[in-house]
Amino acid sequence: MEIRPENIRSILATDCGSTTTKAILIERRDGQYRLVVRGEAPTTVESPFEDVTRGVLNAVREVEELAGRRLLDGERILAPQNGSDGVDLYVSTSSAGGGLQMMVSGLVLQMTGESAQRAALGAGAIVMDVIALNDGRRPHEKIKRIRQLRPDMILLSGGTDGGDVKRVVEMAEILSAADPKARLGAGYELPVIYAGNQQAVPLVRECLASRTALSVVPNLRPTLESENLRPARDAIHELFMEHVMAHAPGYKKLMTWSPVPIMPTPGAVGIIIEKIARRDRISVVGVDIGGATTDVFSVFQGVFNRTVSANLGMSYSVSNVLAEAGIENILRWVPFPVEEVDLRNRIKNKMVRPTTIPHALEDLVIEQAIAREALRLAFEQHKALATGLKGVQTERTISDIMAQTESGTTRVDLVNLGLLVGSGGVLSHAPRRAQAAMMMIDAFLPEGLTHLAVDSIFMAPQLGVLSTVHERAATEVFERDCLIRLGAVLAPIGGGRPGQACVSVELRGTAGATVEARVPFGEVARLPLPAEGRVRLTARPERGFDLGQGKGKPLTAEVMGGVVGLIVDARGRRPFALPAPARQRIARLRAWNRAMDLFPRDV
Amino acid sequence: MAHAYTPGLKVTESARLRRERRLPLRGDVLVAPGDAVAPDTVVARTELPGNVQTINLAAKLALDPARVPGALTRPLGAAVKRGETLAEGKSLFGLLTQRAAAPVDGTLESVSAVTGQLILREPPIPVVVNAYVRGVIAAVLPREGVVVETEAALVQGIFGVGGETFGAIRLVTTSPDQELLADRLTEAHRGAVVVGGCYVSHDTLMRARQLGVAAVVVGGFDDRDLRQLLGRDLGVAITGSEEIGITLVLTEGFGRIPMADRTWRLLAAHDGEQASVSGATQIRAGVLRPEVVIPRSRQAGGSAEPPAGTGLEVGSLLRVIREPYFGRIGRVVELTPALKELDTEARVRVTTVEFADDRTRAVVPRANVELIEG
Repeated sequence: MEIRPENIRSILATDCGSTTTKAILIERRDGQYRLVVRGEAPTTVESPFEDVTRGVLNAVREVEELAGRRLLDGERILAPQNGSDGVDLYVSTSSAGGGLQMMVSGLVLQMTGESAQRAALGAGAIVMDVIALNDGRRPHEKIKRIRQLRPDMILLSGGTDGGDVKRVVEMAEILSAADPKARLGAGYELPVIYAGNQQAVPLVRECLASRTALSVVPNLRPTLESENLRPARDAIHELFMEHVMAHAPGYKKLMTWSPVPIMPTPGAVGIIIEKIARRDRISVVGVDIGGATTDVFSVFQGVFNRTVSANLGMSYSVSNVLAEAGIENILRWVPFPVEEVDLRNRIKNKMVRPTTIPHALEDLVIEQAIAREALRLAFEQHKALATGLKGVQTERTISDIMAQTESGTTRVDLVNLGLLVGSGGVLSHAPRRAQAAMMMIDAFLPEGLTHLAVDSIFMAPQLGVLSTVHERAATEVFERDCLIRLGAVLAPIGGGRPGQACVSVELRGTAGATVEARVPFGEVARLPLPAEGRVRLTARPERGFDLGQGKGKPLTAEVMGGVVGLIVDARGRRPFALPAPARQRIARLRAWNRAMDLFPRDV
Repeated sequence: MAHAYTPGLKVTESARLRRERRLPLRGDVLVAPGDAVAPDTVVARTELPGNVQTINLAAKLALDPARVPGALTRPLGAAVKRGETLAEGKSLFGLLTQRAAAPVDGTLESVSAVTGQLILREPPIPVVVNAYVRGVIAAVLPREGVVVETEAALVQGIFGVGGETFGAIRLVTTSPDQELLADRLTEAHRGAVVVGGCYVSHDTLMRARQLGVAAVVVGGFDDRDLRQLLGRDLGVAITGSEEIGITLVLTEGFGRIPMADRTWRLLAAHDGEQASVSGATQIRAGVLRPEVVIPRSRQAGGSAEPPAGTGLEVGSLLRVIREPYFGRIGRVVELTPALKELDTEARVRVTTVEFADDRTRAVVPRANVELIEG
């Protein structure tokens, strides 16, 4: 069915998450697309229902009630819109049943292995494991692992075009010996995408075509110096629909309701983040912190990357944040003494009863301390994967060799980060927006000037899939109803003594009103911004401090309004450090919390 | 969303329980519908395919990979013993013969003329599944396993570690708020399911393991001790396969928390009876909680599997599951429909609870209470 954007008056979009199915209704009013209402219902992929459409219909019924208009005809979405009944377009994303789980393989872990991982993550998959010839496991250990995993799909890469054939075939043989089985439905062959050395295609076919549903696409690393991820990503999306979704309960029916292919949830979020970065010509980082996983998306130098930290989250995985960050790193954000035994037990009790919420203020503070560490770790993992290509031959001087510089450094460049967007319960539902801003600042440590926003109700997946067929509607709703602009953070790079002069700031509004402040090193200040519109910022760092323009050089920029304001963070960067003695650390945290008006009372 | 509270753990005197016992791969079912089974009756068995060894014959025999298939001395599919010659090749104008021997017993599975690799599969690994609970075979899942049905008392815990086990229930504290201390454990508790009160320490648990206790069921345990027990921080609550020599079931949570009175009374009423215990816990999609199943002596009557809870209403018995009232038990006295602002400034749905011990009242978020279900 051809979709003519100019004819679309109303859109219904759903996202089938692993626990909740969320529906939004968008309507064109006075020439503008706006969110009208949002409804939700438990997802029904698991028993006793085992039919995803039940949850979709329940969520749509809630939308019907809230909007006061008919959208369903029995168990069917009414389309196109007729009078006030029905909608012109229905689209959906899905991460139900654990999302898209993939295993990828390459020859060298740091080269084709990483490229394959980037392709799968970018398409919205969870990468269960990366198997490579040099991954340190012996062949029989690799085979055992592949057998245990039961992925939805395997992406096999390896070798540059015209390069080594034998090693690629060796990986295909390992895969064949493992005889892997698909996670859903024992009765169908596991989809395998081959995106490696094209000269090895006939031999790979010989090895795998009879045991798997093999698709061959162009090499994702045709030469050492280039990466071509698009064909592999497109094949992943196609096979996700054809094989995985078609075997998930109820999806065959759901697929017939929408003229647009159902997309994996994180893949759709990536699309909208990429579009915003391209439209505004800025670098963007987006983060979605959920109960089980944390996704990080970034666009730097026009290159999109996504990572998923499968075991960093605020409920099911909260205990893993403790295991990975260590208790000291969580405690460093808590402005009161806590016994280690007590904190450990609290975290485990949240793990076994994941739906509980903080009741006492102290409990909220602890939860936000854990969130800072989950976000920090997820961002560390993102920085490690969002890199330039490794293994690329570059002309090196003697000094490069002496300095042991290597290719493949991270693309994440905090000085040039234009916008940081957070989403997920702990950020979107923080009782004060300033709390969300500080969690993101403490975890990501942006440098220079960076705008901050949160996704109010996590609509990004629905808007991402919508943007593939109606970009205008998607971006209008994203700007007006989805994003809540918090303001910006200005953080000088450099270190000093507490109280030493660090940066002076002047904000000039359109009406001529001016706000001035001098912020010494070690302190945080919060300056008001209008909720909408822009103001002119002039910031002058002291000698030794850098706002991205060079040490001591002033920065002049337009700052967009936001509900929190301009946060001048003079606590230092490279490094950012908290005082080690508990008494001093707690005193500093309390002072910053007061400066930010972070909590209703001192904690 | 319809329900903002957490459905409770089941604690019931009598229910008809069905437990599916499945093989990891297809195999043979050894019992028939209607057969009476004990916890240790083997109901199904199979063989898992053996591990795979890859042998680089091209390198071992100094041959071009294309010549490797012709160098095999045994056909594909043949069984070989460890040390037996698999392939041989001649080098140095046929003067030297190189031999490759099997590193383990196994079967020749495949050989590649591209890589020169031979794949040798080790012998299959036998796997058996037992009945786990005393009962009757209600259904056979052809080649996959069985469903065992039993009339039993059931206590679900909140968290457990260790696998399935069984033994006689032995109460070793005199009240639900007493700590289970090592000096209460004796040789008489070997093979038993020991029930304590509010808490067990790592040291006491180690004493129980040393004595050969099958399982310990208590109110709470410290996460610090769990770390010591497992040798690592547990990241995600997926347990049941730990090999720690004992099964631990927590009925309330982490910390020192008196066992709910109802749970305590039920276990006390069955002191001395045989129980099956599983520590397996999974708190993602398809929640799995640890359990103590006490089959009744006569397999007749009883209600069906305990029904799902009817919801939170005035008079409902509940447990608070988060600070500052964590672990306290009470009844709903008011369900306010309007959102209420908490100390955190979050606006949420709440309930007013009257605590059972001192009759005081508190306003608690609905998300932080758990129904105590029968």
